[in-house]
Amino acid sequence: MLSITINNLHFPNPFLLASGILDESADTMFRIIKHGAGGVVTKSIGMKKRGGYQNPVIYELPYGLINAMGLPNPGIEAFGEEMKKLKNCGVPVIGSIFGGTTDEFVYLAKKMENYGADAVELNLSCPHAKGYGMEIGVNPNLVAEIVGEVKKSVSIPVWCKLTPNVTDIVEIAKAADKADALVMINTLKAMAIDIEAQRPVLSNTYGGLSGPCVKPVGLRAVYDVFKEVDKPIIGVGGVCSWTDALEYFMAGASAVQIGTAIATKGPTIFAEISRDVADWLKKHGYDSIKDVVGVAHR
Amino acid sequence: MYRVVRIEKVVQETPSIKSFYFVDNSNPAPGQFYMVWIPGVDEFPMSISAIDDLKRFTVKKIGDGTAAMHNLQEGDRLWIRGPYGRGFKPTDEPALVVGGGTGMATLAPLINALRDADVIIAARNEKELLFVDEFPDKEVHIATDDGSRGFKGFASELAAVLIDKKEYGMVYTCGPEPMIKAIVDICLARKIPVQASLERFMKCGIGVCDSCSINGFRVCADGPVFSEKELAQMTELGKWKRDPSGMKVKI
Ligand SMILES: Cc1cc2nc3c(=O)[nH]c(=O)nc-3n(C[C@H](O)[C@H](O)[C@H](O)COP(=O)(O)OP(=O)(O)OC[C@H]3O[C@@H](n4cnc5c(N)ncnc54)[C@H](O)[C@@H]3O)c2cc1C
Ligand SMILES: Cc1cc2nc3c(=O)[nH]c(=O)nc-3n(C[C@H](O)[C@H](O)[C@H](O)COP(=O)(O)O)c2cc1C
Ligand code: FES
Repeated sequence: MLSITINNLHFPNPFLLASGILDESADTMFRIIKHGAGGVVTKSIGMKKRGGYQNPVIYELPYGLINAMGLPNPGIEAFGEEMKKLKNCGVPVIGSIFGGTTDEFVYLAKKMENYGADAVELNLSCPHAKGYGMEIGVNPNLVAEIVGEVKKSVSIPVWCKLTPNVTDIVEIAKAADKADALVMINTLKAMAIDIEAQRPVLSNTYGGLSGPCVKPVGLRAVYDVFKEVDKPIIGVGGVCSWTDALEYFMAGASAVQIGTAIATKGPTIFAEISRDVADWLKKHGYDSIKDVVGVAHR
Repeated sequence: MYRVVRIEKVVQETPSIKSFYFVDNSNPAPGQFYMVWIPGVDEFPMSISAIDDLKRFTVKKIGDGTAAMHNLQEGDRLWIRGPYGRGFKPTDEPALVVGGGTGMATLAPLINALRDADVIIAARNEKELLFVDEFPDKEVHIATDDGSRGFKGFASELAAVLIDKKEYGMVYTCGPEPMIKAIVDICLARKIPVQASLERFMKCGIGVCDSCSINGFRVCADGPVFSEKELAQMTELGKWKRDPSGMKVKI
């Protein structure tokens, strides 16, 4: 009832772990899988080791989180050890990567493929790292070039993760024409000021907003792109409950990723959402989650 | 969002450790921690070391953040969020509490909450012993690495001696990781329940970033206090930690 196939990859359920949340080490990803995630996306990995920004890197709000981790990662060479441990983990592993140039993306994608990743996810959307992510992902020409070159150099599916920090996300989605699937959205560029300290809270000043408050934005992005682009969409942004997830499916997502909600609800959120979505499908006479994908467009 | 608290009192505990007293109406359990922000410098985790009308952080000078905190005085402010994490589970049975260095800061509110506890306070030398006079109604043993006061040797060696003499229903520990590892091994071998409070480099403090994880357990959210069943699964305990990039490094 919940199993899905995206680009020939088989997922036991459509609830995947989002990149950057509890996915720096294989052991933690294993634990999330045990709790029922249908697939995992790794932390975004770059060419070299990065410590990330100085604390504070996170700011809690009643309705979400602002983070400026600064893409910390041990570098693609060292990450091989974690990927090796994930072999035979039972669900697809999607290797997320970020580069500053097309060549870097190509190099990183090939490495992930060699490490056994089932797909790569191109982070063209992190809003707070200079020279990376969104700084590339707002430019349709660069997006087209990077996706095209990566696609030519690997045989595993290439997923492209988009930023909502653009005037027209459909334009960027169309630029990623060669991608096998689209993942949307990454965080919204944001900041916070502490009025007693009279300064920005995050050491990097800017961060990315995630959690319940971004769901309406993510949903709109998925809805609009589904209308115009014929490829699988993975919805991300503020999924905290089974109703949030169903909204994304109805907007056109074939799967969803869950991040921030793990902080508030714990890793058990995966099993809970699976159970409750399956209940809803049964109650409404559906045999498969696939039958509700995009129904809001009727 | 942060709460701003005023420092009411500062006490120099040892040459490298100071206590900061403040008023805050949160309600932490022994073993829980806060994220403390010194604007413009750093934000870092701190255990609550006293839970009364006046609350307390007890801080060892390690790097920039804790050095900046050591420069603060009565009337200065701290930005805090928390309490976070899972604290100690108390017991009614006779307990042995083993604290090394600033580990005693984490254990102090627990010791005060326990009915029947013996305490080992350990440090490199006599000068660095923390809170030796804070528990007048408990049996306090002292160990120093150099023998300048009390038992000469590691806290774990003294713990083994006491454990073999008396039947403890629970052992609690916090301190340098090699010490924790030794005590956990002693307890696992003798099938005595044990709870240990662990430390890892922390970024978010709320269980999303994976920077504090040890074998898939998030120290900030699943811990910092773990019990024997979890500790036994931690092959990285006492051997490996992760640097801020997530790279595995030897302890
Ligand atoms: C849950 C928890 C509770 C804590 N409670 C207390 C307490 O009550 N009293 C106290 O004095 N300290 C406590 N600590 C440790 C304290 O958080 C660190 O000493 C502090 O972060 C150092 O910050 P800094 O900016 O001064 O040093 P930094 O400049 O950040 O670091 C200086 C050096 O210390 C290393 N380091 C930093 N943090 C740690 C760590 N957690 N473990 C091992 N090495 C580290 C760094 O890698 C670096 O080499 C606790 C830590 C945790 C995780
Ligand atoms: C702490 C944190 C770190 C993140 N790191 C990454 C990352 O490395 N790469 C990436 O593509 N997205 C990253 N994201 C974005 C998430 O994958 C996701 O797109 C976003 O948070 C919206 O989903 P959510 O509301 O379920 O968290 C991060 C988000 C958070 C909160
Ligand atoms: S500090 Fe981020 S998960 Fe623990």
